[in-house]
Amino acid sequence: MEGDLGWWAVPLAVLGGAIRVSTPILFVSLGETLTERSGRINLGLEGTLVFGAMAGYATAVMTGNPWAGVLVAALAGAVFGLVHGLICSMAKVNDIAIGIAMMLLGTGLAFYFGKPFIQPAAPDLPSIPFGWWSDVPQVQAALNVNVLFLAGIAAALVLHWGLRATKPGLILRVVGDSTDAARAMGLRPAVIRTMATALGGAFAGVGGAYLSLFYPGSWNEGISSGQGLMAVALVIFARWQPLNCFWAALLFGGAGALGPALQSVGVTQGYYLFYAAPYVLTLGVLIATSSPNRALAGAPGELSITK
Amino acid sequence: MTEFPAFPRRLAAPATLSRRNLLRGAAALGGVAALSALPGAARAQSGLTVGFIYVGPRDDFGYNQSHAAGAAAVKAMEGVTVVEEENVPETQDVQKSMESMINLDGATLIFPTSFGYFDPHILALAPKYTDVRFQHCGGLWAADKHPANVGSYFGYIGMGQYLNGIAAGHASVTKKIGFVAAKPIPQVLLNINSFLLGARSVDPAITCQVIFTGEWSLAVKEAEATNALVDAGCDVITCHVDGPKVVVETAAGRGAFVCGYHADQTALAPEKYLTGAEWNWAKVYTDMVTATMAGEAIPNFVRGGLAEGFIKMSPLGPAVPEAGRAQFEAVKAEIEKGGFSVIKGPLKDNQGNVVAADGEAFLETDPVLEGMGYLVEGVIGSTS
Repeated sequence: MEGDLGWWAVPLAVLGGAIRVSTPILFVSLGETLTERSGRINLGLEGTLVFGAMAGYATAVMTGNPWAGVLVAALAGAVFGLVHGLICSMAKVNDIAIGIAMMLLGTGLAFYFGKPFIQPAAPDLPSIPFGWWSDVPQVQAALNVNVLFLAGIAAALVLHWGLRATKPGLILRVVGDSTDAARAMGLRPAVIRTMATALGGAFAGVGGAYLSLFYPGSWNEGISSGQGLMAVALVIFARWQPLNCFWAALLFGGAGALGPALQSVGVTQGYYLFYAAPYVLTLGVLIATSSPNRALAGAPGELSITK
Repeated sequence: MTEFPAFPRRLAAPATLSRRNLLRGAAALGGVAALSALPGAARAQSGLTVGFIYVGPRDDFGYNQSHAAGAAAVKAMEGVTVVEEENVPETQDVQKSMESMINLDGATLIFPTSFGYFDPHILALAPKYTDVRFQHCGGLWAADKHPANVGSYFGYIGMGQYLNGIAAGHASVTKKIGFVAAKPIPQVLLNINSFLLGARSVDPAITCQVIFTGEWSLAVKEAEATNALVDAGCDVITCHVDGPKVVVETAAGRGAFVCGYHADQTALAPEKYLTGAEWNWAKVYTDMVTATMAGEAIPNFVRGGLAEGFIKMSPLGPAVPEAGRAQFEAVKAEIEKGGFSVIKGPLKDNQGNVVAADGEAFLETDPVLEGMGYLVEGVIGSTS
C-alpha cells in the first residue's frame, strides 16, 4: 500500500502531527489569551474543552451535521465562560478557584450527558487535501488539513491585529493592565472581562469540537487527557501573544508526534523520554527566557498570578 | 499530554464516610447486618451483593465494556444485587471504593477489574475484611504470598491475538503489520508476540511494528501511533489499549485493515474489520457468582481460554480471503482441542536471545508466559 520512507518519515510525521494535534491546543490558548489579556484567568478551559467535545459530538450525531456540532460547542463554551465571568465579577471571588470548580463541573457534566454518545458514530468535519501534488501517501495524509486548523490560523492573525490596532483591542488591554485606568476612562471592567471570558470559552468549545469531530474523531471520556490544562499553561509560554500561541501549539503538536514517529522507524528505546519532549522543551524555553530582574514580559498587569 | 485524573462516578459521601471509618465501629458490633438499620444504607440482605470496579468508563468499546457486559449478566441473575463504580483510578481511590462497597452496600464478592488494583490496594484490604472475597482480574496470585480470600482470574486472550494474526497475515499486502500497545507488561507482550507469530504462520516474512503509548487510555497518542504505523507501511493494525475505538476508526480511516481487541468493534469499521479477540466475562462471572451462592469456594487461581469460553472471536469480516477463513477455523478448532502452543522453539527474541529451544513448547496454561519480558524476532520494538 505505502512505500518505506525510512528516516524521512520522522520529520513528515512531526509536520503531520503538528497540523493534526495542534488545533485544540491553539483554540484553547487563543481563548485563554483573550481572557487573560482582560485581566482574568480561566483555568476551567479543560472542562470547557471536554464539554465542547461532548456537546459537539452529540449535536453532530443527532443532526448529522458536524458544523452544527461546532456551533453548539462554541455556544456551550461561551455559556461556561459567561458563568465563570459572572461569578468572578462578584467581590472577593478568586478566579483561580472558580476556574478549578468550572473545570470539574465541565468534565463532570460532559461525562454525565455524554454517556449515550460514546457508542454512536458522528460525521467528521471536512478536511482539505493539500497534499494533492504528491503521490506519496504519507505526504498526502500529513497534509490533509482540517478547516478548523485554518480557522485557527485566521483567528490568531485577527486577534494579533485586533489586540494591537483596534479600539476593542485597546479597551481589552486597558482593562487587563489597570482596572483603575479603565474606570477613569469610563469603562466597566467587570463587563468587559466577563465578555472576554465568554469569548475565550467559545474558543475552547470549538477546540473540543475538533477533538471529537475530527482528530481523534470520537467522543470518549479520555478524549482530552489534560490538553486544556497544557494549553492554558502555554499562554504564559507564548507571552500572551496570539501569534506565539500558534507557534507554541505547533511545537507541542509536533513534539507529541515525535515519540510514535521515532518508534515507527525503529528507535524504540526510551520512548517515555520522547513523550516528555514537549514538556522538557517548554521548561527549557521558560528558563532560557526568564530573568531575575523583571516580571514576566507581556503579562497583563491585573492578572492575579503576576500581581 | 499528561493524563488528567478521571472522577469516580459514585457520590462522594459514602466514600467520605468510609474514609473516616465512621462505620467501622458499627460494622464491628453487628457485622454487616447492623448497617441495614442505618437510614440510606439498607440493601437487599437476603441475597448476594457483588461489586464491580472499572478503571475507565463502562462503555469504552473495550476492556471496561467487556467487564460491564459480564456484570450485566450477573445483574440478571436471581437474588443478586450488583453495585458498580467506573472511572476509579489505580490509587488509594480504589481502596475507598472497595471499603465503601463492603461497609455500605454489604458486598461480599468484589471484582476489581484493573491490573493495577492488585498490589498494594487489594492486598492491603484483604486481611482486614476476611469475610469478603476479592476476585482480581489478571493478577499474579500465589498461595505462599497472598491472602486466601483473594483470587485471580484471567483468560488466555493471547490465543485470540494469534488468530487475529492469522487473519492479518492473509489480508496484509505490505507484509508489515502494526500493534498499538499501552505498556510493556507481560500480557501485552504476549499479545504482540502472538499476533506476529499468527501472521508468520501464514508468511514467515511478515514483521510487526509496535508502538507503546505509555498509558491505557490516551486518545490523541493512540491516534498518532496509528497514523505513524500506517505511515511506516503497516496495513493491518491491532492494539492493546483500554478502548480500541480510536485505533480502529483511525486505522480504517487511513485505509488499513484492523483486528479488534477486548470487545467486538465490527460496527466501527465494517469493511476493514478482519476479526477480533474478545473477552467473554458473562460466562466467567455468572459461573463464579453461582458457585458462591451455592456455598462453593471459587479456586484462587482461575484461567481459561477459547475452549472454556473465557474468550471468543469476533465474526470474520468480508476482507478475509477464503484461504484465511479456512486456516482461521482450523487453528481455532485445534486450540479448542487443547495442547496448542503459540510460543514454541526454535524461537528467539528480537535481541537474538533464545527464548524457546528447538522442541520446547509452552502451552497457553504455562505460568512462565505470564512473566513474559521479551518481544520475539520479527517484532520491531523494545520493551523499555
